[in-house]
Amino acid sequence: MAPIYELSRVTRLYGSRRVVNIEALEIHPGEILAVVGPSGAGKSTLLRLLNFLEAPDGGIVRFHQQAMDYFHVPLQIQRSVTTVFQNPALLTASVVANLQFGLRLRGLKDGRKEVSQILDQLGLTHLKQAPADTLSGGEAQRVALARALVLNPEVLLLDEPTANLDPYNVELIESVIRELNSSHQVTMVLVTHNVFQARRLADRVALMLNGEIIEIADTQTFFEKPQDGRTHAFTRGEMVW
Amino acid sequence: METIFSGITQGLQLFLSGDPELWKIIGVSAQVSGAALLISAIFGIPLGALLGLSRFPGRRMIQAFIYTGMGLPPVVVGLAVYLALSNNGLLGPLQQTWIPKLFTVEAMIAAQVVIATPLVIGYTMSAVGEVSPNLRLQVRSLGATRMQVLGVTLREARRGVLVALIGGLGSIISEVGAVQMVGGNIDGSTRVMTTAIMLETRRGNFELAIGLGIILLGIAFIINLSAAQLQGKGH
Repeated sequence: MAPIYELSRVTRLYGSRRVVNIEALEIHPGEILAVVGPSGAGKSTLLRLLNFLEAPDGGIVRFHQQAMDYFHVPLQIQRSVTTVFQNPALLTASVVANLQFGLRLRGLKDGRKEVSQILDQLGLTHLKQAPADTLSGGEAQRVALARALVLNPEVLLLDEPTANLDPYNVELIESVIRELNSSHQVTMVLVTHNVFQARRLADRVALMLNGEIIEIADTQTFFEKPQDGRTHAFTRGEMVW
Repeated sequence: METIFSGITQGLQLFLSGDPELWKIIGVSAQVSGAALLISAIFGIPLGALLGLSRFPGRRMIQAFIYTGMGLPPVVVGLAVYLALSNNGLLGPLQQTWIPKLFTVEAMIAAQVVIATPLVIGYTMSAVGEVSPNLRLQVRSLGATRMQVLGVTLREARRGVLVALIGGLGSIISEVGAVQMVGGNIDGSTRVMTTAIMLETRRGNFELAIGLGIILLGIAFIINLSAAQLQGKGH
């Protein structure tokens, strides 16, 4: 099956600093690709490139084999990808209004059934009418995930979705990610510091350092037979840069 | 002291009795400042939002002009509008129907628009600037178009935008310099509360002046109380 994304010699500069420098990367339909690496490796910037929120300074990003012009991304393509960020940025509104937000952007008034289902799936039904600014960190992150899921995206990008959360919320969010991937074949790119989480969830894992992908392999190979010494060190919890 | 107390009592009686002269003046004030605020909001809110959210060369220069405009003395605005609309001015000789004539309500509205618009732009700019950039990024990621991002940002900054409108209204309802210069304080047509207070005080007609003063103070108090409550809710 043809890849959803094909990145070729993609670079992104912040000033003179090259924060992303990817020679080649393919992301396949229905897979969960985990991108691991230390802070400042360029993982979050990569997600913004994949969500068409930032334009690369060089190279080509193909989405469904179509080379993307980042200044004229078709709305239909823009809306087939969504991100759940590390810090859930919720609207000053109720939980249910946050979930309906993306549907309303698309002119879909009736999403009551889907909203209820997802609220239930993420254990948020009792908080349906609660103002978003009264939620705990874990609840807010679950709302952010629910808000993305209700849109039924083709690609879901997850930027440290469980950072700083308690084990209950981590387990809940991970189980929803697994369920969504297996039942709807949603393609996911998961950025995480947590190698254990990458191992639990991902089909493939990539190590990113200084904007470059050092190694990418299926999860078992990545953890058990890494080719690069830095991957080996990172998976053992050692400092790499 | 006696004059003051008697003035307050008679002023309140005048207000409560529905004195036609007093109510006519209040009506003109509401018409002028209401229309000026509406026009300022139509132009000022989108401009403020765009300036608060966009990055382009010359933006800081425009911001500096806006901040300067926020502190424009009403008499200077009055003088500028007077010179622009007079027969020897910039716009007066054009004789176009859309150009207001001096000593009309429309000329007063134009002057107050010049005073209120920079305030509405400046406060809106600051309000949208306080909306988290992460939220704007998230909204884009959820599939919003540029216009939808702008709309959501304004909605998130709604308290600040309301404060902008209240600030704009507060600045024009209580100003006297500009409306006096371009309106001329004509009885029954361009007389508003502030110009009437000035005139009645000069005439020694303290009852009407105090009655108007109480109403103006009441309006200013309500405006400031609303602003304080809205800002309080924001925190």
